[in-house]
Amino acid sequence: MKKKEDLGKDKLVWMWTQMVRIREFEERVKRTFIEHPGVIRGHTHLGDGAEASIVGALATRDSEDPVVPTYRCHGYPLVLGTPPKNMIAEIYGRKDGLCGGFGGSMHLCDPERHFLSPSGIVGQGIAHATGAALTAQVKKTGQVVYSFFGEGSTKQGAFYESLNIAAVWKLPIVFVLENNEYQVYTHVSAEDANSAAGEPLSKKAGAFSIPGVTVDGTDPLAVYEAVGEAVDRARSGKGPSLVESTFYRLSAHGNSITVPPMTTQFGEHEAIEVYGNGDEYSAAKARDPIPKFRAILIARGFLSDTDAQKIETAARAEMDAAVTYALASSLPAPEEATNHIFA
Amino acid sequence: MAQQMMYVEAMATAIAEEMQRDENVILMGQNLGMTERDPFVQKFGKNRVRLTPISETAELGIAIGAATTGLRPIVELYMYEFMLVAFDQVINEAPRFRYMSGGRVKVPVVFKAGYGFAAGWAGQHANCLYHMLMGTPGLRVALPSTPADAKGLMKSAIRDDNPVVFLHHYLMTIDKGDVPDGDYTIPFGVADIKRAGTDLTIVATGWMVPKSLAAAEQLAKDGIHAEVIDPRTLAPLDIATIIESVKKTGRLVLVDQATRHASVAVIIAGEIAERAFPYLKAPIKLVTALDCPIPYSKPMESFILPNEEKIVESAKLVLTTRTARV
Repeated sequence: MKKKEDLGKDKLVWMWTQMVRIREFEERVKRTFIEHPGVIRGHTHLGDGAEASIVGALATRDSEDPVVPTYRCHGYPLVLGTPPKNMIAEIYGRKDGLCGGFGGSMHLCDPERHFLSPSGIVGQGIAHATGAALTAQVKKTGQVVYSFFGEGSTKQGAFYESLNIAAVWKLPIVFVLENNEYQVYTHVSAEDANSAAGEPLSKKAGAFSIPGVTVDGTDPLAVYEAVGEAVDRARSGKGPSLVESTFYRLSAHGNSITVPPMTTQFGEHEAIEVYGNGDEYSAAKARDPIPKFRAILIARGFLSDTDAQKIETAARAEMDAAVTYALASSLPAPEEATNHIFA
Repeated sequence: MAQQMMYVEAMATAIAEEMQRDENVILMGQNLGMTERDPFVQKFGKNRVRLTPISETAELGIAIGAATTGLRPIVELYMYEFMLVAFDQVINEAPRFRYMSGGRVKVPVVFKAGYGFAAGWAGQHANCLYHMLMGTPGLRVALPSTPADAKGLMKSAIRDDNPVVFLHHYLMTIDKGDVPDGDYTIPFGVADIKRAGTDLTIVATGWMVPKSLAAAEQLAKDGIHAEVIDPRTLAPLDIATIIESVKKTGRLVLVDQATRHASVAVIIAGEIAERAFPYLKAPIKLVTALDCPIPYSKPMESFILPNEEKIVESAKLVLTTRTARV
């Protein structure tokens, strides 16, 4: 059993450090739109607000366990050890990018670290994650797959089809439903039957006769325990679980969708921009998982304010260096475009 | 050594042999391997023979995810049209991952489906919709017209490190032919000259290959020697072999069961117009289905589809017309 009480100082500090690194990374990506306009093309989605959920979930992971994210994919590889300089370089479309500039922000992947290709089409990656779990079962590798997806994707057929099959086949997979309240610009209560009825989305698990729980996704330790239980169950051959992790996306869905030569930028969150609900956003900001967990660790004596500042400074320096590296990296040669179409 | 075998047996043999050869090859699909008496279950067990619900998106998506993590799944889809339910996975997932990862992942998966069932299946189960697959870089498309090709192409499809859509023609299911034993593979992108000739070139795929061969036989009685070429794979498409033939004959008839504006024929016609125009002695002639849904009733179904008579007629037309410039 994975109990939060069993987590030692090193692991707890590691968890908070990863949360800080994710936040710093996303802040740097966001600032790029102002500091280096035009460097980031297309559509970029940030995971600020999700840090506790991402880190709490991945803290339960064994080193060989595959992770399948959505196109909001920056946070996970940072935790798995992917160098941020190659991630930023990819987002900047550079030769030294993680995927050579072929994928960009929505398609970061690092198979050597078991970070599998995200799909840019909502919900489709749930099926791919289920396939990775099939591999683990057929080859008896002992791996458990972590499938991350948003609340919006739970209205896709891929969600129902995949969870049904995963349950019938008892696949070793944990479905982590990241409910960040907004699918693109629409609030969950306007598009989800469970939410509209005032019930948690984890109720959907009942349709597949698998366990479903809802957990506070701003509390990394709560996520750790809930996902940990699901992982243990999956690894022991009992099949999948659905863990709904609730938190609030702190940035807008993505950068503005603009047509060149207009530059793109990050606008205000939809709560403000679309719904004019600044109070809702302020309340969410007050529940920001990073200062919350920082305060807990300091209060419990696992971290001093000085050490916390050192971690923050180090993360900032790491991401600054990543940006410098990425800006210095050259763009790919145009004719490279026809590489990698076939294996 | 070779033995007489049906088209359907040839495919099953290839799958069984590859499952025997490589334990990473798995078979999945609806209504297969239901009982312990199933020959595939008997041989390979239910761990590698996966019965799925009617969930095409998940079937194809799961196969893709399994392929990126080390398996070589074959998904039995039965009918091409069922794949349409999950077309995102076919067009916008499987062939994209290698590219978007900058070559870091591979997706060795086979989507097997029947097509072209012109036997009263009406509007939704008898289509020839491979045109769009040809225009999807990263995807390979095989379209065998004989039992031997069915075996050889299936083995190559399973061994290929890229997603392959393997399309077998329903009306050829029980056609028999000599099939080489053992490790018989056919490389992708190599057309087969099914009949050599000097007077005109006929390019045909799938069910249209036997129809074109029958037409060539008829033409031979009139002293006309048609060359019949089957590209066998649409992606990659062996244009070079077709150009070589056109250089020799100067006349080209393109036969395809698909609707005219979504046919392989229009793709080949475009390639030949650009790359082999000086060798043409007459305009290219397309023999395709009419741009019309498939009707249920037999006389209407026959009316809209290409047949032996239409091929003969078109062959005679290209032999008697000339390009304006000559």
